[in-house]
Amino acid sequence: MKTDDLINMLASGDVKPEPIPVARIATQIALGVLVAIALMATFLGVRDNLLQVLMLPAFWMKFIFVIALASVGLTATRRLSSPGVKTGRVPVMLAVPIVIIWSIAAVSLMTAAPGERAELFWGDTWKVCPFLIAGLSIPIFIAILRAMRELAPTRLRLAGAAAGLTAGAAAATVYCLHCPEMAAPFVGFWYVLGMSIPTVVGALIGPRALRW
Amino acid sequence: MQRIQKGEAQAVSDTETRLRSLLLKGLDGDEAAYRQFLQATTTHLRAFLRRRLSRWPDEVEDLVQESLLAIHNQRLTYDTSAPLTAWVYAIAKYKLIDWLRRHARRETLNDPLDDENEIFTTADADAHEAQRDLGKVLELLPEQQRAAILHTKVDGWSVRETALAMKISEANVKVAVHRGLKTLAAKLRNES
Repeated sequence: MKTDDLINMLASGDVKPEPIPVARIATQIALGVLVAIALMATFLGVRDNLLQVLMLPAFWMKFIFVIALASVGLTATRRLSSPGVKTGRVPVMLAVPIVIIWSIAAVSLMTAAPGERAELFWGDTWKVCPFLIAGLSIPIFIAILRAMRELAPTRLRLAGAAAGLTAGAAAATVYCLHCPEMAAPFVGFWYVLGMSIPTVVGALIGPRALRW
Repeated sequence: MQRIQKGEAQAVSDTETRLRSLLLKGLDGDEAAYRQFLQATTTHLRAFLRRRLSRWPDEVEDLVQESLLAIHNQRLTYDTSAPLTAWVYAIAKYKLIDWLRRHARRETLNDPLDDENEIFTTADADAHEAQRDLGKVLELLPEQQRAAILHTKVDGWSVRETALAMKISEANVKVAVHRGLKTLAAKLRNES
């Protein structure tokens, strides 16, 4: 077939495209989050003093931190899903919450008594925290990658990393409802490590998982 | 890489304006405008790819067709508030790099690809013969997708007529055409 024939074929008939199925894509991703919540509630359990914890500023610091990263991740994911759209200020938007949490962590470490500093950093759950966040991110990660495959990412490593970051941060948000840790040094390191796992995995598998 | 001269910058912006308006009309259902958009875009794609694939001149037309199909299939991802140049360039570059990767010809990537205006500064209307026969690839599609594409896009039937003949709903005809063209794109990619 000659290229002219292909053009004629593509430009014939009903050329008005069906709109992007935004509602279906959103539902898919919401389902991924619901699965993560169900996994957390079944295997980890919502922390029993959650209502009391909701009164503590430290909880909200942690919660806002991960929500902020999730929304930056989502912005990056959306932009990287369309050809030629610039990522613009995404790196800065990504740096802001991290710099803030590290500043809070630095202050809390400096003001703490020397004997308490190790506890602020290691907490009681550092061994499992990053892996639980990474594990909870799997259903969300799959939903986002599937959604991206319907669109047209062209920078596949970055797109995969953005999908992984979004999934990781959303999973961390879910994990907040279980996690007993609230110290900024803990969150600033172990949570970030947990969210980095799907981000790195995304950058690694992006070129294969997202190509079209 | 050559710098864009002042006159060229103006030409890019004229091309941008003209092609963008044709595409927007096309997205609104205007067949003639959409055809013109595809025809003009093809010449730019061909010039861009021919320059980049100077060592594989026989592959150029195949990749032009692949990029064209990608542009068609993904036309909804064009953000109408952004420049069309960047969108077309990103797709052409993606298809080029993808092809080079598949053929493990990474060395050619040394030539930096970072000037999106490049895509609209040159045009090439001299189509060589494509290596592979798209018509034959079309035959490999699942029956329903193939029939939907042939009826609506080659035989000139309306969606309604096609739906009646195929005994499926009009919505399903559209889905079959859309899926079929995506399958076609995937097959082209895997074949070359």
